[in-house]
Amino acid sequence: METLRVLVVDDEAGMRHAVVRALRGYRLHLPDVEGEVGFELEQAASGEEALELLAARPPDIMLLDHKMGGMSGIEVLEQVVKRELDVLTIMITAFATLETAVHATKSGAFDFLAKPFTPDELKETIRKAAGHLLTLRQARKLAAEKRRVRFEFISVLGHELKAPLAAIEGYLNIIRDRALGMDVAAYEPAVQRCLIRAEGMRKLIMDLLDLTRIESGQKRRELAPVDFREVAAAALETVRPAAAERNITLGLEPGEPQVLTADRGELEIILNNLLTNAVKYNRPGGRVTVRLTGDADRVVLAVTDTGIGLTPEEAAKLFNDFVRIRNDKTRDITGSGLGLSVVRKLALLYGGDATVTSTPDVGSTFTVTLRRNAKPPVVDDGKSRTVPLAAGN
Amino acid sequence: MAADILIVDDDVDFLTVLRVQLESRGYHVRTAESARAARELLRAQRPDLVVADLMMEEPDAGFSLCHQIKRQDPTIPVLLLTGVTAETGLRFDAETREERAWIQADGVLAKPVRPEQLEAELHRLLPNGP
Repeated sequence: METLRVLVVDDEAGMRHAVVRALRGYRLHLPDVEGEVGFELEQAASGEEALELLAARPPDIMLLDHKMGGMSGIEVLEQVVKRELDVLTIMITAFATLETAVHATKSGAFDFLAKPFTPDELKETIRKAAGHLLTLRQARKLAAEKRRVRFEFISVLGHELKAPLAAIEGYLNIIRDRALGMDVAAYEPAVQRCLIRAEGMRKLIMDLLDLTRIESGQKRRELAPVDFREVAAAALETVRPAAAERNITLGLEPGEPQVLTADRGELEIILNNLLTNAVKYNRPGGRVTVRLTGDADRVVLAVTDTGIGLTPEEAAKLFNDFVRIRNDKTRDITGSGLGLSVVRKLALLYGGDATVTSTPDVGSTFTVTLRRNAKPPVVDDGKSRTVPLAAGN
Repeated sequence: MAADILIVDDDVDFLTVLRVQLESRGYHVRTAESARAARELLRAQRPDLVVADLMMEEPDAGFSLCHQIKRQDPTIPVLLLTGVTAETGLRFDAETREERAWIQADGVLAKPVRPEQLEAELHRLLPNGP
């Protein structure tokens, strides 16, 4: 149970007791808040006493009488604003004129309550305040979590971008120092590795751009009916040269047209990532098969390879950011570790998902399910636009 | 006999580059692509010095490896390398005694490591040379 602390500030003892009686034992259920919300009550008989309590242990909500002997409610409110206390203030006014209400709100009060009020009116005002407070806190927590995820993403990204540069610099040092002697041929592997690492770095940058595009929201998405089969056929042609080099056969199983409402560019990203992987991680002379099926609601893309395969542990983490399976079989294959994370994020955008089933040394099947008419995802408002480079996971 | 240096890094190119640099200076080099692989090589033969990357299978795989080495044989010098200091807000310069005690490494170098920087560290930790 969430307990909110309420401070009642009023110079009339009767009023304070009435409020305490009404709210003690009051429980509420709020949308988006787990469990009940209850209240713990404290009292102050003057503005001065309220300030002392506020300094010692700020409450969550303050019910503050407008007109008191000594320090006035507005003066207390000014101190709360000045000290940037995280307290939601509800002004209690004896004369519910528009003027006092506007003045109180301008001075930083969340709401006001006119005397005399019934216990139900008090509870309703408290319910509104509690809802506002808890939603605000949840949003703050979420924003902090997003900042943490983004920070982590950027640290790993820093590492992933520096690593190829460090490797290239290392080889260049070797070449500069003629560390392998004067025979030019001895440097050939070093030059080759430099080229491979530069290519890997380019791939990482391209994937980052894809990721940024996905997460910049739907503004730039162009949704239209697209035949997935046609996009798949075109994507197969793009990987054909790489496949031919290693004698890998490509096959698209004929089937019905699979039309869905989609951004063609996004479907291309999904296919290119899966097909490039299916070729890269295949054995020479292997095979890549693309199957498209579907029902009234969904389109299912399955890309099967005859490659090195994955252990269940490897498969479990495969769709996370920057996951690359490192072993003897993959050491010479470059990749950014972002491709499959991009595929999964796109599938989620279409109300679907991406999964893998695999047997080591036999091959893997990557399955992507997309809804034909996915509801457009909720777009972040402009305020959080700069936050998530890598949400999810 | 040449001093035996064990280099642990998950980047094969980094291993190749360091191997060439150190072998050309007369050291004997063994390499491991993970902390796990390094543990096996450590069991097979005691190296005269270990150079390990911080971030491998786990973000702190180098740390745990270093701690393990020191627990088993505190006389083996360990140099830790790291490519992520600024981004993570972690400081690994081991300037104070407390930090050095905590890290347990005999030196910490930021990547990319300049060859002369590494040579100076090796000279400090293996004063008898290769």
